[in-house]
Amino acid sequence: MPHRTFFWFFFPSGLAMLLFIGLPIISSFFQSLHIEPEQILMEVEKCDPFGCKTETKVDIEATTKLQEEQPLGRFNGLGTYGDRNHLAFDEIKEAWTNSSSIAEFTDILLNLPFYKALLFTLTFCFAVTPPVVVLGFIVALSVNTITKSLKGPTIFGVILPMIVTPLIGSLVLFWMIDAKGILGSFIQYLFDDPNLSLKSSSQLTWITLIIYGIWHNTPFAFVVFYAALQTVPQDPLEAAIIDGASRYERVRHIVIPHLYPVATFIILICLMDNFRVLEPIIGFAAEGVAQSLSWMIYNDLRSENKMLFGSAGATSMLTIIGVAILLTPVLIRTWREFRTER
Amino acid sequence: MESKINRYSKQLILINSFFILAWLVVSVFPFIWTFWGSFKVKADFFSRADWMFAVTGVNTLIETGDTSTVKAYVESWTEGEFWKATMNTVIITVSVVTISLFLGTLGAYALSRSTYKYTFWILIAALIFRAMPHITLVSGYLFPFFQLNVWGILPTTIIVLVAINQPFTLWLLYSFFKTVPKELDESALIDGCSYFQAFRFVIMPVMWPGVVTAGLFSMMLAYNDFTVTSLLLNQQNYTMVPKINAYLGTIEHSGNYMWAVSSVVSATAPLFMIIMFFQRQLISGLTAGAVKG
Repeated sequence: MPHRTFFWFFFPSGLAMLLFIGLPIISSFFQSLHIEPEQILMEVEKCDPFGCKTETKVDIEATTKLQEEQPLGRFNGLGTYGDRNHLAFDEIKEAWTNSSSIAEFTDILLNLPFYKALLFTLTFCFAVTPPVVVLGFIVALSVNTITKSLKGPTIFGVILPMIVTPLIGSLVLFWMIDAKGILGSFIQYLFDDPNLSLKSSSQLTWITLIIYGIWHNTPFAFVVFYAALQTVPQDPLEAAIIDGASRYERVRHIVIPHLYPVATFIILICLMDNFRVLEPIIGFAAEGVAQSLSWMIYNDLRSENKMLFGSAGATSMLTIIGVAILLTPVLIRTWREFRTER
Repeated sequence: MESKINRYSKQLILINSFFILAWLVVSVFPFIWTFWGSFKVKADFFSRADWMFAVTGVNTLIETGDTSTVKAYVESWTEGEFWKATMNTVIITVSVVTISLFLGTLGAYALSRSTYKYTFWILIAALIFRAMPHITLVSGYLFPFFQLNVWGILPTTIIVLVAINQPFTLWLLYSFFKTVPKELDESALIDGCSYFQAFRFVIMPVMWPGVVTAGLFSMMLAYNDFTVTSLLLNQQNYTMVPKINAYLGTIEHSGNYMWAVSSVVSATAPLFMIIMFFQRQLISGLTAGAVKG
């Protein structure tokens, strides 16, 4: 296809991506270099029968004027990145010199907003992914063995948790796990503790969120594994039967090696998708004990009168760096595929 | 020999059926529970006394005179203005699907037929774009959109969702067009068609299976989106998902919680119907990237 034709075919799609994915990243970066203008204070002398007092007041007129002149705020360089809500260099340095043990230092470190959120995001990613892969594989194996006429409806049932949006999915589970809901009461009954609530401690909330994550992501792993199972070569399986291999041995030595590349694909996609975890935190109303990086950005942006663009921009940039690290193996994989295709 | 591979012992079949049934309960029961509970009052669905109240509807009987009620549905749709949210969702979903398929088919066709090296870099860029968390993009939109005064309205959100959706649509349709034999449109070119004519008259008639799959994914993205719609739309223009979240925000009014429960059912029911019809396409789309590679 000549360059000219290619250009006109691709132009609309490319323009949309450039304007609404490429530019926002740059705009986000730009915002992160600025900080909201400070309010201009003025001293007003207020006199009443008991004497005169000077008061400091916000000069609304001057503040609005400044905001109009510099809507993005004043230039702050990389200052926002180092402040307490982000990488917190000063606080870390202070904690390092003042704390007597490593445990105390990590305690201080993990109470800083950014590191707290990073810890939750990473814990969530790495706690959800392995069970998802294992469960997805087992479910795929067992769906593969059921009667053909039952397969369709079974698959439909299994993929439901993936279809609904995370917010709705987490709400549906949250209402059941609630102390007044069916699962909540059951757990109370099971542990014989009428005051037990999954919302009561941060560990329990984290575990609930992780269980939700597994529930939501397993169908994806299932679907991919199920499709890959259909491509397992039959000849080695037959040979193995003749050689007297049990079903377990056949799965272990023929099916699983065949599925390795698919498993890495699932792991990478799963890690990347869970790195942006946001909706479950809102659905489970877990903001108090579990914040993710995405939630920090969301929190900076959701108030309508005072949005912290600079702070949100800086967190966005740091999140993108995280995504980039997770994305590198995917890119290398795609690169290799293209090489072999040509 | 085929039969021998698929011959299982009785024990295995038993364990297997048990496992599958258990798993189905785990994945389906929450939805059945919510559906059932949406016809009860709050005192039953979140029953302090006994969880069985949610099944039997004791308080619902006391409050409304029947064991099940559609009060929450009626109120959320009228008073809660869920009809408006539904309309917005329909407008956004239909527009996003149409526009992103239009752009996507053209772009992906060009990518699949060009032999130059830059197609590879474009696809890699699309992959990187796809991995960007939506919230980081939204943080980049808000400020310029406020300055341009386009924040809060439906068209902006539609364009944003189309753009966010492009990378995935491009990849999906690219791998689909690769399976359509090149000879088909090449012969049309030899017969004197332009590239656009070849696309319009030769490729378009055979591309529908791929387009249906891509359309299904665009639909799910637009229909399910929370991040973009909740931050880029103003309250009057909210779609279903942010609207449900807004119902939760006002816990002071006890009625609103049941509004959220009934709206969750209203929002998921159409989605489940569509997936029931297009299950095959959904699965083929999910596996397109994984299995072939």
